[in-house]
Amino acid sequence: MTMQRIGRPTAPILGGGNAMETRSGSRGLQQREDLIFEIGSADKTGVDLPAPAGRKDRLGGVARKVDTGLPGLTEPEAVRHYMRLSQKNYAIDLGLFPLGSCTMKHNPRLNEKAARIPGFADIHPMQPQSTVQGALELIDELATWLTTLTGMPAVAMSPKAGAHGELCGMLAIREALIARGEADTRKRVLVPASAHGTNPATAIQCGFVVDEIKADARGRVDMEDLRGKLEDTHDVAGIMLTNPNTCGLFETDIRTIADLIHDAGGYFYCDGANFNAIVGRVRPGDLGVDAMHINLHKTFSTPHGGGGPGSGPTVLSEALAPYAPVPYVVNEGDGFRLIEEAEGEAAESFGRMVAFHGQMGMFVRALAYMLSHGADGLKQVAEDAVLNANYVQARLKDVMTPAFDGYCMHEALFSDAFTADGIETIDIAKALIDEGYHPMTMYFPLVVHGAMLIEPTETESKQELDRFCDALIGIAERAAEGDESLKGAPYLAPHSRLDETQAARKPILKWTPPAPAAIAAE
Amino acid sequence: MSTYYTEDHEWIAVDGDVGTVGITKYAAEQLGDVVFVEVPEGGATYAKGDDMAVVESVKAASDVYAPVTGDVIEGNGELADAPETVNEDPEGKGWFCKLKLSSACELTGLMDAEAYKAYCKEL
Amino acid sequence: MRYLPLTPEDRAAMLNTIGAASVDDFYEDVPQSARLGTTIAGLPDHQGELAVERHMGRLAAKNRTASDGPFFVGCGAYKHHVPASVDMIIQRSEFLTTYTPYQPEIAQGTLQTLFEFQTQVAAMTAMDVANASMYDGSTSCAEAAVMACRATRRKKVVLSGGVHPHYADATRLLCEAQGIEVVQLPPAVDDELALIDFVDDETACLIGQSPNVFGTVTDLTPVADAAHEKKALMVSVFTEAVSLGLVTPPGEMGADIAVGEGQSIGNALNFGGPYVGLFACTQKLVRQMPGRLCGETVDADGNRGFVLTLSTREQHIRREKATSNICTNSGLCALAFTAHMTLLGGKGLRDLAVLNHEAACDLADALDSIPDVEILTPRFFNEFAFRTQMDAEAVLAMLEERGVLGGVRASRLLPDAGMGNVIIAAATECTTQEDIAAYAAALKEVV
Repeated sequence: MTMQRIGRPTAPILGGGNAMETRSGSRGLQQREDLIFEIGSADKTGVDLPAPAGRKDRLGGVARKVDTGLPGLTEPEAVRHYMRLSQKNYAIDLGLFPLGSCTMKHNPRLNEKAARIPGFADIHPMQPQSTVQGALELIDELATWLTTLTGMPAVAMSPKAGAHGELCGMLAIREALIARGEADTRKRVLVPASAHGTNPATAIQCGFVVDEIKADARGRVDMEDLRGKLEDTHDVAGIMLTNPNTCGLFETDIRTIADLIHDAGGYFYCDGANFNAIVGRVRPGDLGVDAMHINLHKTFSTPHGGGGPGSGPTVLSEALAPYAPVPYVVNEGDGFRLIEEAEGEAAESFGRMVAFHGQMGMFVRALAYMLSHGADGLKQVAEDAVLNANYVQARLKDVMTPAFDGYCMHEALFSDAFTADGIETIDIAKALIDEGYHPMTMYFPLVVHGAMLIEPTETESKQELDRFCDALIGIAERAAEGDESLKGAPYLAPHSRLDETQAARKPILKWTPPAPAAIAAE
Repeated sequence: MSTYYTEDHEWIAVDGDVGTVGITKYAAEQLGDVVFVEVPEGGATYAKGDDMAVVESVKAASDVYAPVTGDVIEGNGELADAPETVNEDPEGKGWFCKLKLSSACELTGLMDAEAYKAYCKEL
Repeated sequence: MRYLPLTPEDRAAMLNTIGAASVDDFYEDVPQSARLGTTIAGLPDHQGELAVERHMGRLAAKNRTASDGPFFVGCGAYKHHVPASVDMIIQRSEFLTTYTPYQPEIAQGTLQTLFEFQTQVAAMTAMDVANASMYDGSTSCAEAAVMACRATRRKKVVLSGGVHPHYADATRLLCEAQGIEVVQLPPAVDDELALIDFVDDETACLIGQSPNVFGTVTDLTPVADAAHEKKALMVSVFTEAVSLGLVTPPGEMGADIAVGEGQSIGNALNFGGPYVGLFACTQKLVRQMPGRLCGETVDADGNRGFVLTLSTREQHIRREKATSNICTNSGLCALAFTAHMTLLGGKGLRDLAVLNHEAACDLADALDSIPDVEILTPRFFNEFAFRTQMDAEAVLAMLEERGVLGGVRASRLLPDAGMGNVIIAAATECTTQEDIAAYAAALKEVV
């Protein structure tokens, strides 16, 4: 069997410390809040609708038989429900959120305001194009920013998130190979072991096979391994490489890698998740990249929203641009036109990935962010992000174990080598919660044992960084000493450690009404 | 009846031309809490080394390979509702399936209990 | 610069701590030829809030909004009223500016709302389980097709002629990249049941839609029966989530997978995105599902809590063997959906659905009375197709001149279907009797 044992304990080891009980179940500002199915009722509503006319329906009998049975809440109850739940969440607006590779930076409120202008929020994707010229102009303007910042000739705007952008880039590569008549032979995509899981998953979704490349001792692509894998070039489709990579390092040999892949007849897909480290200072187009997605929700600050929505515009090289998906916007001088079908001038397009034209709401926010920063400010964004990460690394390197020597880019990576036996990365992460911080990314990338990946971003002040480092140093010292109390952390969170093992063994994925017998017993 | 072990941490207990297959105690400990097991159904045929079953913890999914070539007689249906059995009794009640061996000579390439114990020590 | 807290003194002190001379030191690994010496040319420098607002306002002013006049555009996105409290809830910093709930001890707000969302979607679709959302309806449809292939170990899917063409495109693209055969039935206003004739022993799933892109509602039970007879699955698609309050839901028709667009509930039109994909299936298929799932558990003190679960399906663990490459979902749009549903409740959803249906019935009556207008959709929810004697693009342009956005021409979605004279029009609770009268009057003039 394959043995995957990298990872973390998933069932609590010690009991939590939330010992003091209250009769209400609330704890000061932390209010107890049950599920809406337990507090709502079928005859309540928070929406007053006009009475129906009661006219004869035209459903032809295709009518719902069993009601949903869902309860409603009045507005005060609903607002309170979500307000109380919100108090159980950590957020970037509350404090430093150092999730490496996720780029939790401040989300300017101007962007929210702009996205809610009715001229953007209240327009329909299938309105006549003459009635949405401002929207098309905005997409074109954002596209210009993205192509200029990346030094790439074209951009596909429709991908819905980073992984969808990867899909876009890899489908463009597939289409280019089809056009060359080599789609059936060129199936192998090289992916470093340190890659985001989305990379190999995307390659497979596009019908490719994944060939894993090793990392070297410096956390970069092992060039010897790469050259070995390129000895036979006939089946090479391309490489998927994150740069700066998931260890927070710039791939030193990136130009050579690009040349090797191109010489082998393949294409270079760059995962742009970490573009925020180099925006304004390096253009991926100058590195030999053929396709790269840009997470607008990372580099360009559109809010993460508890897991989405994202937006993943994908820039393309001259070689791949003809295969870009529909729809796309063309500037005709006296107006903007949307090309919606893969025919005529878009005949080479690989087709349509998604309904409509992309994440307009995110486009508005990202453009507002870019205009606010300007080209000068975006360069400063990258420099401050990298400076902050290196500062954190410098302050922590004597108590924690940096995974690699030298400067990092926008995130600092540590291994768990400094911890005493029995203390794991997860214990340090959970102890950070008690100190008032969201934990760093843990156990990723997979190439570093017990990885802790810290990305402070540029929107943290020096004072905030110092407070964070002081807190983490205290925890790291306890971890090095083998302080067993770390295993019970967090003690001060709304919940103690949750039992993920039980959740996965007997999945309960929705609320079900208690059985009548249970009700009677209460 | 004799039991053989693979370098990929499967065991097979052979009785006549029928072998019972599972994962070793060592593997079960390394995986941590097992939360899901997908065992093969009766009637399926696997060549030695084929992906035959999947065992999952919360944090990882691992493929289990067929230690020898054979036809599946039955899978251990009990594991669907009680995956923790793999942790509690990996080399007993936590068996995955019973195979009708195609070629007993494939067993000669596998380790016996002593050899496997020594092998694990080296890991 | 207002978003960057470091002062020049901070920067100098930090460089000193690090032992670097300047930030240039950090970029030493960048090939010399790729290092930019100066600020990138061709882009403006930074601006204040006021200047950015003016720029955005100028662009927005060039668009006509759905509230500017009589509005009947649908086909996969619908103009509905969103309660004020919904937008307030999703702008709470704790929801807006947090990440995927990977640390459940400090993310119960997000996790509990996802659990409530999953429960609501499962109830609305009448399916066993729902996931924590997808990008949108079209990508959900594509994922359902490949999931069906995975579950059945077959490599052929069949799409009805009523599936939204964008959904069909997205599905065809993903399937063909994976070597899955896609059979696309010709566009048809009312022929979802044609799927029955195209199932064989190689078919993984039949994909039908109700209400379909022409608005037609269909009981897909015979499609499910035919699929199950051949051990294939039935995927039931919808683009208008409000219809679930009134129209036979996927689970009542024997669907194995239900996918659709959730924009109609809680989410603005946003020119096509972000939206929220709904994805539900039978209990049997849970482990084949793409996307995140939230499940109930307990903490170390025995208190109920929620976590992301069954993650071994997902790319961050399963990598190349994952059920999908999806990572980001539509968390905040799902929150808007669940908050709006909480306000509505089951009864509110039904009442809202009735209002939508009645508005569409009134519209159909009004248009039907015009000579040369022929209503094509026999049974509908809040949207229907009609034909005139003239080219639809010309008709819609003349309606626009009269202040009415009269719908979507079928030829925009289906250029080669010979439907040049067909218009698809939608009505919702936002549609007034005055809007309907204005439409009828304008159309009468035009045709």
